[in-house]
Amino acid sequence: MKKSQSITSKLPAAGALILIGVLWLAVSEWELVPSFLLPSPVEVCRALVKDGPVLLENAGITLLEAAMGLGLGIAAALVLATAMHRFRLLYRALYPVLVITQTIPTIALAPLLVLWMGFGMSPKVTLVALTTFFPIAVSLLEGYASTDRAAADLLRSMGASRRQIFLHLEFPSALSHFFSGLRVSASYAVVGAVISEWLGGFQGLGVYMTRVKKAYAFDKMFAVIIVIVAVSLLLMALVTALRRRACPWEAFEKIERND
Amino acid sequence: MRDAAKTVLQAEGITKSYGGRTIIQNISLTLGEGELVCLLGVSGAGKTTLFNVLSGLERPDGGRVLLKGQDITSAPGKISYMLQKDLLLPHKKVADNVALPLVIQGQDRRRARETALSYFGAFGLEETQDKYPAQLSGGMRQRAALLRTFLGSQGVALLDEPFSALDALTKREIHQWYMGMMDRLELATLFITHDIDEAVLLSDRVCILSGQPGQITAELTIQPPRPRNMSFALSEEFLACKRQILSLLDG
Repeated sequence: MKKSQSITSKLPAAGALILIGVLWLAVSEWELVPSFLLPSPVEVCRALVKDGPVLLENAGITLLEAAMGLGLGIAAALVLATAMHRFRLLYRALYPVLVITQTIPTIALAPLLVLWMGFGMSPKVTLVALTTFFPIAVSLLEGYASTDRAAADLLRSMGASRRQIFLHLEFPSALSHFFSGLRVSASYAVVGAVISEWLGGFQGLGVYMTRVKKAYAFDKMFAVIIVIVAVSLLLMALVTALRRRACPWEAFEKIERND
Repeated sequence: MRDAAKTVLQAEGITKSYGGRTIIQNISLTLGEGELVCLLGVSGAGKTTLFNVLSGLERPDGGRVLLKGQDITSAPGKISYMLQKDLLLPHKKVADNVALPLVIQGQDRRRARETALSYFGAFGLEETQDKYPAQLSGGMRQRAALLRTFLGSQGVALLDEPFSALDALTKREIHQWYMGMMDRLELATLFITHDIDEAVLLSDRVCILSGQPGQITAELTIQPPRPRNMSFALSEEFLACKRQILSLLDG
C-alpha cells in the first residue's frame, strides 16, 4: 500500500516533466527559436549518444571529485559539529565564523584554490568539501540541539554518562537532520566540482563544458547539462538509500516527511 | 515475602526552590519494601519536582534521600524513574529500549536484551521485540516503558503519571494487569497521579500533597490491604476511601 501511494504521489511530477519535454519539442520543431540557439530534444539525444563514452568518462571524474569532496565535508562536519555541541565555548566562537565563511562565493574561491593547488584534482575536491561542509555541520548542530530534553533526563536518571547520552540519544536523534543536510550537500557537491573544473583542469564535465562552449555546440551543451543532472540525482538517490539503511525507524513514524 | 515495615526509600525534609520561589518544603516520606504509595495532589503542588529530587536529577536545597540507609542525594542511577511521557527512544527497537538501563549499567547488549526478553511475556509484549516504538499501541508503549523502569530498578521505582495519557478503557485494562503484576514484582513504587480512583485502586497508602509550597498534608492507608482485584473498585470500602480523600482534598 505504501509503495502504490508513493507511485501515485510521483505522477504529477512525471507529468510536469513530460509536459516540459513536449513544449521544448514543439518550440524547436516549429522553429519559434532559431535551431542553432535552442537545439531540439532529438538533436540533444543524438549528441548524448554520439558523445556518450566521452561524457561517461568525464562524468566518472566529476563524480569521483564530488564524492571525495563530500566525504571530506562529512568527516569535517561530523568532527567540528560534535566538538561544537560538546563545548559551548567552541560553539560561540565558531558559529559566527562559519556563517561568515558561507557568504564567500564559490566562484571567488575556486580560482584561488587553483592558484594554490594547481590544475589537478585537489582544488576540486577541496572546493567541494568546503561547500558541502556547511549544510551538514549546521543540520547536525540543529539535530543535536533538538534532542528531547526529557529523554536526556531519563537517561541521566539511569546513571548514564555524557558519552552514553551522546551514543544512545543525541547522535541517533541527529541522524535524520544529518541526512537532510547531506541531501542538500550532495547536489552542491556536483555543482561545486563542475565550477572548479571550469576554472582549470584536464578532465571532467566542467572541462568538457568549456570545450563545447567554445565550439558553439549547443546540442552538446544541453547533453552535458543532462548528464550533470543525472549525476546529481544519482548522488542524491545514494544518500536516500543510505538514509533508509541508517534510519530504518523513520519508515514507521507517523509524521510525513517531505524530503 | 514483602515486608512493608522494612523501609527501602526514605526522604527527609526535602526542600527545593527555583528562582526564589519555594516549590516543595520539608517533605518527608518513607517507602517500605514492595509497597505502593500514591502521591495525589493538584497540578503545581511540586510532585514532579519531588521526583526529580528523589531520582537524583536535581539537588535539593535542603534534606536528603536515603536508599536502604545509604545517602543517594543528587546521585542519579540508583532509583528507576519513569517520566511523564513514555519516552521510548524512537530509533531503538522495543527490546533495545527495554534493555537500555542494563546497557547503561555496563552490561553488554546481547545479554541485556536476553534479560529483557525473558519478561516480555509477563508484560504482554510478545512479538514486539523487533518492532519500533512507533509501531506499538499506547497501552503497549506504556507496558514497555514500565518493563524498562522495572528492569533498571534496584527495588525502587518512581512513576510520574504513568497511565494518564491512556484512554479510559485502555487504562482500565492496564490497571487490571498492573494490579496482578505488582503483587508478583517486589518493587517499591512511588506513584504520581491526578486520578483519585486510580490512587485508591492501586496503592497501599495515599499521600496528599498540597499548598504553595507543596507539603504532605495528609496520609491515608487503603483498606483492605493488597492483593486486591478489580471488584474492589465497586466496593463500599473503595467508596469510603474515596470519600475520605475528597474531604481531605477539600480541606
